[in-house]
Amino acid sequence: MREPGYRFAKRLTVPLRGFARRFVYPLLVLGAFGLMILGKADLILIERMRTTMADALAPILSFMSEPAVRVADAIEAGRELVRLREENIQLRQENERLRQWQIVANRLEQENVQLRDLARLTAEPPSTMISTRVVADAGGIFVHSVLIGAGAKAGIGKGNAVMTSEGLAGRVASLGDRSARVLLLTDLNSRIPVMLESTRERAMLAGDNSHQPRLLYLPTTAHPSAGERIVTSGDGGSFPPGLPIGVISDVGALRVQPFVDFNRLEFVRVIDFKIEGPVVQTEVPRGRERR
Amino acid sequence: MTPSAAERMDDWGRRLAPFATVLVLLFFGLVPFGVPGLPLIAPAGTQIAVFYWAVYRPDLMPPLAAFGLGFIQDALAGTPLGVASLAFLILHGIAVNQRKTFVGKPFLLVWLGLAVGALLAAFASWALASVLLGGVIPLERPLFQALATIALFPCFSWVLVRIHRGVVH
Repeated sequence: MREPGYRFAKRLTVPLRGFARRFVYPLLVLGAFGLMILGKADLILIERMRTTMADALAPILSFMSEPAVRVADAIEAGRELVRLREENIQLRQENERLRQWQIVANRLEQENVQLRDLARLTAEPPSTMISTRVVADAGGIFVHSVLIGAGAKAGIGKGNAVMTSEGLAGRVASLGDRSARVLLLTDLNSRIPVMLESTRERAMLAGDNSHQPRLLYLPTTAHPSAGERIVTSGDGGSFPPGLPIGVISDVGALRVQPFVDFNRLEFVRVIDFKIEGPVVQTEVPRGRERR
Repeated sequence: MTPSAAERMDDWGRRLAPFATVLVLLFFGLVPFGVPGLPLIAPAGTQIAVFYWAVYRPDLMPPLAAFGLGFIQDALAGTPLGVASLAFLILHGIAVNQRKTFVGKPFLLVWLGLAVGALLAAFASWALASVLLGGVIPLERPLFQALATIALFPCFSWVLVRIHRGVVH
């Protein structure tokens, strides 16, 4: 039944195949360079191709990452079983310490509310928070970014802060419907306005694809010490001030050890602080963004 | 006699197996297992698989498939689009051009071919990613990944030979 059609197709494909063999390879190499150039030109089309692909495959990756997390957990559980007793004692001590801190925190919160009232400070806008799973992590050979399993449909927005319980991990750099790409603060292209927590001296935290990003533009009058905490400064309006980032690990080279363990990013919280700052606005390039 | 639907499905499954092996390895390279070092080893598998199929079954791993797999890799990993496509095409090109040198020859020769391809692909991706991302990326990690690819070639090809004989024929 399909014979004539088949023969016709064959008559068509045989010469086509010869042509294809000769020209497809160089054309594809050119195509790869074309993609790179178009990607560099920052075309919305390329961005959309990428997010569409990520959206389509995110459910598969999410499905795969569940057993993967189980495996990692099982390995971790085995390791923990060995030093259970020791850890129990440690945890009990820590618990006691934290309970004291909780009392302090409660008292400070009360005090804070009263002082705000006294000073007639306007309340900060309420922030929304979405917890989601990291579904793809390229391992940071060329870029330090991860794909998360929730996107615009879940209410995530470009520029939102991405945090773990330890501290700031990065920010949402590109957005699909069901997935989003998070630029980690160790990435070559990550720049985050920060300050030294104790002296409030401003600097820029610049990633360079190493595990420890660097502090740039720190005033020469500042004399940071090793172990000094680095938090977001809130400058540029992308993040609120005070989000924990890390501690200074190398005073000479001004390197910062982030609090977040990037090898173990499983779940993250995407927080929209509802700040319409200049940084978020300049990220929308020349009115090309669809509204 | 026309093949039955089941037979045709079976045939298609077998024909898609090479593409599918690369895709599965690609996913494994991206899923966060929380095991440090794994993301460096797993992508090596994709390069090996593309090379292997291009040498032994170039009909089932056309250059377009290598390009497409690279596109998926870049889209999911967040690397500039086109970089992984070019890396896969470099390996594919070496495999197909030197097929006569590889097929039926000692394994060591094929290994050497892959080594040249993996190193070339690593340098090309590193140079292009550096230009496209606007900063010099440390060379150690792509180089380490290429060395991992070369070192793991026997293990991965052992598995691929099994898939080749058992599934693809």
